[in-house]
Amino acid sequence: MTDTDGSPFAPHTAEETAAMLDSVGVDTEADLFDIPDEVAFDGNFGIEPRSEQAIRGEMRRLFARNDDLTEFMGRGHYSHYVPSLVDHLSDRAEFLTSYTQYQPEITQGFLQALFEYQSMLVELTGLPVANCSMYDGATALAEAALLADRVRGTSGQTILVPELLREGKRSVLENYVDGAGLSVESYPMDDGNVDREALVDLAGEETVMIYAENPTVRGTIEEGLSEIGELATDTEALFCLGSDLVALSLLEEPASVGADVVVGEADVLGLPTSYGMGLGIFATSDRFLRQVPGRLVGVGSDVDDRRAYTLTLQTREQHIRKERATSNICTNQAWVALRAAIHIASLGPDGLVDLAEDCVRDAAVLAERVDDIEGYQAPIHDRYHFREFVIHTDQPAAAITADVEAEGYAIHAIDDHLIQICLTETTTHATDGLVDALQEAA
Amino acid sequence: MIYDQARYTEDETKHEPLLSEKDTSTVEISDTDSPLPEDLTRDDLTLPGLSEPELARHYTRLSQMNWSIDSGPYPLGSCTMKYNPKFTEDVAADPNAAIHPDRSAQSAQGNLGLLHGLQEYLATIGGMDAVTLQPPAGAAGEFTGILIAKAYHEHHGNDRSEVIIPASAHGTNFATAAMAGYDVVELPSDEGGRVDLEALKAAVSEETAALMLTNPNTVGLFERDIVEIAETVHDVGGLLYYDGANLNALLGRGRPGDMGFDIMHYNVHKTFATPHGGGGPGAGPVGVVDELAAFLPTPRVRETADGDYERFEPAQSIGKVHGFAGNWLVVVKAYAYIARLGDAGLSDASAKAVLNANYLAEQLEMDVPYGPFHHEFAATAGDRDAADVAKRMLDFGVHPPTTKWPEMVPEAMLTEPTEIESRRTLDTLAEAFNNAYSDTDEAIETAPSRTTAGRIDQVDAARNPRLSWQALDE
Repeated sequence: MTDTDGSPFAPHTAEETAAMLDSVGVDTEADLFDIPDEVAFDGNFGIEPRSEQAIRGEMRRLFARNDDLTEFMGRGHYSHYVPSLVDHLSDRAEFLTSYTQYQPEITQGFLQALFEYQSMLVELTGLPVANCSMYDGATALAEAALLADRVRGTSGQTILVPELLREGKRSVLENYVDGAGLSVESYPMDDGNVDREALVDLAGEETVMIYAENPTVRGTIEEGLSEIGELATDTEALFCLGSDLVALSLLEEPASVGADVVVGEADVLGLPTSYGMGLGIFATSDRFLRQVPGRLVGVGSDVDDRRAYTLTLQTREQHIRKERATSNICTNQAWVALRAAIHIASLGPDGLVDLAEDCVRDAAVLAERVDDIEGYQAPIHDRYHFREFVIHTDQPAAAITADVEAEGYAIHAIDDHLIQICLTETTTHATDGLVDALQEAA
Repeated sequence: MIYDQARYTEDETKHEPLLSEKDTSTVEISDTDSPLPEDLTRDDLTLPGLSEPELARHYTRLSQMNWSIDSGPYPLGSCTMKYNPKFTEDVAADPNAAIHPDRSAQSAQGNLGLLHGLQEYLATIGGMDAVTLQPPAGAAGEFTGILIAKAYHEHHGNDRSEVIIPASAHGTNFATAAMAGYDVVELPSDEGGRVDLEALKAAVSEETAALMLTNPNTVGLFERDIVEIAETVHDVGGLLYYDGANLNALLGRGRPGDMGFDIMHYNVHKTFATPHGGGGPGAGPVGVVDELAAFLPTPRVRETADGDYERFEPAQSIGKVHGFAGNWLVVVKAYAYIARLGDAGLSDASAKAVLNANYLAEQLEMDVPYGPFHHEFAATAGDRDAADVAKRMLDFGVHPPTTKWPEMVPEAMLTEPTEIESRRTLDTLAEAFNNAYSDTDEAIETAPSRTTAGRIDQVDAARNPRLSWQALDE
């Protein structure tokens, strides 16, 4: 029996503790601590310990305070159905409770899974190098800008981003590039997509990187990406494209439009809605291999000449290169990458393409239904859409979202008279109710 | 103990085949009923197309070829590999908590309540006044903290150019300071392994933005001069940053805020037992003193007079460090762990972690310089190669410690058993250390032999990088 007053996860009996203290040569646990009295603490946090059962009840009651809404929300965080297989396999303790693979001989399983994840990203992006995760799409974009700054020979300092960019993403980017002396500037949009003529005027020798998204944050599908790729080449800037795993399965392959770096949300597969928790994509070309941030899994061989996986090119990383590292990232999102890989494998290429095509079809159908309601114009952009679209509302958007929420649906208000709706296979069953609620609110 | 790891061996060239070697299928988009014109789509998509039973077997096999804390001891120094209580997984999987981050505050009271509750717990544990849960990892927490320091100095019209970091610090500290645009001033250790106070006094100046410090440090020593260190930094207007990687040594015994630290991050995947997931996700919340609270990332969560929760933007906020609210699932698990332990459990965790480290150090035949230790110690393999000794340990049913770091200890084996190991397990661990250390040169140089892969040629893997299954075909 362990003593009952302490941590339930420390197995020591009172006798063992006494024997161990004796072995160490001190009388009490307090004697183990070399903390001067003036900064010592009495241990009184005021946190009452609870039983496992009590905490589960407490947390159930707490989370029940969330309203039970059907969410038609996106704008960078999406909900696709995650098969049970993903939970059951990724929750195997050998995966979930392992550490970074600093001893590759004994962690081949996770390394192989991450190698497979990297390979899937190589296929989806067309770029030959993908790391095994960044925190999220925003930090991946920020790291892309820092990579662009390192590899570009000229003295430029401007990162060009779409005027319509999720606010949080832009803020993260600005925070990351500030220390490198870079600035972030917006280029205008033309009916939801990149205004390519305006972009041509803005891009120049001071441009370090041009960032575009496909689909855009408003769900529109870009139509002239290769022109942006050419523009980047002409101005010696890098072209960074943001996307997600489902969109990449169908939309133009980034490598084919000249993307130098692909970032974005890989958490669209493998993770259910999780209050914004992410998994950042980072893929790039061979010539920037040694400038890539984060961990890379490579193939080598063991003493028996069998294929073996290992973290590689670690001289880029902070634990070796310190202040000259390509990034400070250490802990990443490896387990989420494992989950995304299992989800991709579970869908297969047919399932992925089907899913992506439904994202286009279902959004178009719903937009048309909303457009038929008096008081709404949908979609406001005359473009193809992926998963989500923006609606003009005659009534104030805030009033619409409040009314719709009262009926059990969560949607975005993005401007005084603009709302945004996102649809996936997790919510198609509820579109009739949403349309009714919108009609009521109009 | 002897350990034989699972091996599923296909042939003399490989173990478990890659998914792509089991199946490769191509979908031509033109063969599908695509809703998009051809010029807006890719041509085709080639990926494995396998059935659920095939995938279940593939990933089960991979899991069996992987070490974990549930497999056995994992005493990596400065990593705090402690047991991850199973019930925290169930708590985090509550479907009612699976909501979108853009939900209105009034419809998300449960999640906001959890965030508020953890902010409060962490504040009291660290002796801080205000906490953000947004940073998604320890290094992201460091970056957030240094951005806050920078914003604070700039707000006071006070541009500073340097961050001081002890030579023995985690690599992330140096990389973080550089990313934030600071010059790094590296501080040597004194003969006792601690901060050299005279060197610190010589290093600080009007250019000092912050000192980043881990306490206890990376060889497990408490910085006994912490009050004088804090005064030295504060006297020149600098801030004191606490790297929370080693907080497990202090729970309930000392709080960074009481020691004079102004900013700290918490590694909840270390101290608060959330699973490491093979490298992540973690979470790196940041706590600050009152004077810096206005600079924290947006949004934070506060309680209103009528007991509801609302988001708010701190007045001088640095903005955001994650696209949304950070690693939600991780912070939920951390909350559940802290609630399970309470005051007594938290203090006991650090007591047993420190007891275990000191007990284990006593059982080793290797020299263990410095001391007395807290939660970790750096044994030295002396004239043997620490990496080789570590590889031999893999055959004995334990994971080896962190090797060859910190550099102040030659051939270091930085060991942190945490509180979860019993005396019996520590004895097994000590035996593995001692047997590996005293083994023949040939045995340690050719180890391991019982793991899925034998010794891997790292140099060749780096010289000839093959980072995808596509690259294997070239």
